[in-house]
Amino acid sequence: MAARDYYSRGQNLVYNRPVLAIFAVIGVFLVFDIFRQLGTGTIAVTDLVSYLWNGLVLGMSLGLAGVGLSMTYSILNFANFAHGDLITSGAFAGWATAFLIAGLGEFSVESLILIGGPIAVGSNELGINVVNTPLALLAGLLVAAVLTAALSLLLDRIVFKPMRSADGVTLMIASVGVALFLRNFLTFSFLTDSRGLTGGNVPQFTVAGVTFGGHQITLVVVAALLMLGTHILLQYTKIGTAMRAMAANKDLAKVTGIPTERVVKLTWIIGGGLTGCAGFLIALQQGTLTVTMGWDLLLLVFAAVILGGVGSIYGAMVGGVILGIASRLALVWIPASFLLVAAFVIMIVMLLVRPSGLFSGRTTA
Amino acid sequence: MSTGSLQTWAEGWLGNNDVRLLIALALAIGGLYALFSVVLGFQLNGTVNTLRRVAFLSAIYAMLALALNLQWGYAGLFNLGAAGFMAIGVYTMGILTAPVTASPPGFGLPLPVAIVGAILVTGIVGGLAALPAIRLRADYLAIVTVAFSEIVRLTLRAPEFANTRIAGVAFGTGGATGLSLPSNPIRILFYTDPAATAPAPNALGAAIFSAVEPLGIEQTLVIGWAYVVALCLCLGLLYWLMIRIGKSPFGRVLKSIREDQQVTQALGKDTRLFKIKTFALGCALMGLIAILWRLSGGYASPRMFKPIQTFYIFIALFIGGTGSPTGSIVGGALFASLLFEGPSFIRRVVAEYLQLSNAPDTLVGALAELGTLDITPLLAYSVQDVSISALRLMLLGIVLVYLMQRHPDGLLGHRKAIASSVALSQQATREDDNE
Repeated sequence: MAARDYYSRGQNLVYNRPVLAIFAVIGVFLVFDIFRQLGTGTIAVTDLVSYLWNGLVLGMSLGLAGVGLSMTYSILNFANFAHGDLITSGAFAGWATAFLIAGLGEFSVESLILIGGPIAVGSNELGINVVNTPLALLAGLLVAAVLTAALSLLLDRIVFKPMRSADGVTLMIASVGVALFLRNFLTFSFLTDSRGLTGGNVPQFTVAGVTFGGHQITLVVVAALLMLGTHILLQYTKIGTAMRAMAANKDLAKVTGIPTERVVKLTWIIGGGLTGCAGFLIALQQGTLTVTMGWDLLLLVFAAVILGGVGSIYGAMVGGVILGIASRLALVWIPASFLLVAAFVIMIVMLLVRPSGLFSGRTTA
Repeated sequence: MSTGSLQTWAEGWLGNNDVRLLIALALAIGGLYALFSVVLGFQLNGTVNTLRRVAFLSAIYAMLALALNLQWGYAGLFNLGAAGFMAIGVYTMGILTAPVTASPPGFGLPLPVAIVGAILVTGIVGGLAALPAIRLRADYLAIVTVAFSEIVRLTLRAPEFANTRIAGVAFGTGGATGLSLPSNPIRILFYTDPAATAPAPNALGAAIFSAVEPLGIEQTLVIGWAYVVALCLCLGLLYWLMIRIGKSPFGRVLKSIREDQQVTQALGKDTRLFKIKTFALGCALMGLIAILWRLSGGYASPRMFKPIQTFYIFIALFIGGTGSPTGSIVGGALFASLLFEGPSFIRRVVAEYLQLSNAPDTLVGALAELGTLDITPLLAYSVQDVSISALRLMLLGIVLVYLMQRHPDGLLGHRKAIASSVALSQQATREDDNE
């Protein structure tokens, strides 16, 4: 009976969703190919584990950065192209703070606030890392969250609030304008120099030939804690319930007496705060910072959010991790210059096969 | 009162006649840049060259906006991947024309054949991309197309394809360093052997060169202007084509899809097919226009096809107003002359007339002087290369937000080509039109 059942389900799949069936076959083939390559020794087990670990780190970055995007996407109904530059803004705000705290007295305030840049501040002399200067990093994380939340609120007040009734495409185009403005405001203020951030001996652990960096672990742990916090907030508080209600049906939420404008504000605050944290942590893990950091990540974050299903917080997390691991695993078959291409292809395939994402229908839960 | 009547007169004179409107616009832009040249103390050659550059960019952006208008203004397909299709057009042409012996090698085909090939390839890729994509919502379509254009750019940049051999055929994209393109084809009008490094002018070339030489105008400038004239002819042709398409039964179906897809389907039209055709046609046109753009420079690199290129075209389109071909031309010209080229000229005027000392290294240094009410350090900081280009892009961002908030239909959006063949109702007058 069971075999018959599976057979008919398979038959259904092939007849009704041929595209999905083809991609499923390709996926199964690739998984088998990994085992075959492991068996024949073409790739070593340590390589595979380090791909998985690096993929997890990238995935947690994308997931944390994606939660805010997913929230605004579901509650305000538009794809926010300025999200990448909110990530960058958070990173700059947080790192200026961390530099200021770590180097006050030793270096000029000007050079610290500008995070080095045109004026040389040796990041090695400052020696910021998670063991040497945990307080500077914690302060940086907090300031990144607060300032990005404030920036999000300000942008909402100036740009998005006057066009609350506009359709998604109009809002999306306006957000492209915001993205251009933000990124180039940062360029104008900080210029285009790439900055080294961390210094000193960053602790790292090597287990059976695979290296786990201290800042990678920090990112994964803090991101996991922040996501857990977001989950508790959304699931067990009144405001979380109101946000979920609004994501599900805006008119009904309004009729029920939910103060929608206040919910929108809180969405920007929570989403912006998480985005700022994401920017700060991603910069910490990368060890460098440029003004295009967030913009370069934006499409990947979109990919993570869409993969998980727009509006779903878990979707953003799971989507990020799957995308991160899949794009790093792709290195088994393709050269490194096609890493991003692989991630974008995954996103496009996902949109074609299942546009509602893996966690479809579960808005903000 | 007099300004009011002047406005009425201007509106009456310009409002109903697109040709007059476009001529007035060209004169205004030309006048502005002639003024810039006088202020900056350019020689005649410099002035004419400034005008050439502005006219060239205006024509290119007007054509790109027209092509995008076909997809977004007529059929409502939100293509944020324009830069990718432009790259496909330029690179196909470049690879087809590159000599077999060159590095990276190509196919050594003559230019006209290569252009036709490039248009076909871009159109086919556009059609294939549209096949699955048009089922998507507008915002997903935007994300998919921008991802597509990034895939194209990253692939062209990848060292793996810079100089490769597939199935025994050697070719290459040149990777991150870019690809050389054939020399400007308009040179054939003026030279007997245009490919030579120091070519001899033919009869026409000799006559024109000797006529303008006493005025201090260089040969390259004559060629540049000839190219701009050719571009303007292409622009006129494209404009005529768009008007024709708009008025044809095909165009009416497109506009009805834009208004309400379900009604169109209910009337028995296969909207999918119409959308795919439009997408493919628009992409093929973008490929062609990009070829015209890059042929004058003789060089293409993946850096030129970043998403910002697509946003430039959208800004041009939104300034003019979606759905109106005349609006696309107005938007392209205004974008190229005021927003794209304007800031660098303002910066040159500032640098020329204010004796600016050395710029401070950082914004903090520039702002510190503000305490003593001295704004020159801030100005000096602002007119540096990096800062002025950042300020220009900030301005573009503000313009985009302003347009979306106040005029989502653009300057000429109220003249959006209506879907029916005859006007069915008087268009409601909008309040903010009088602002």
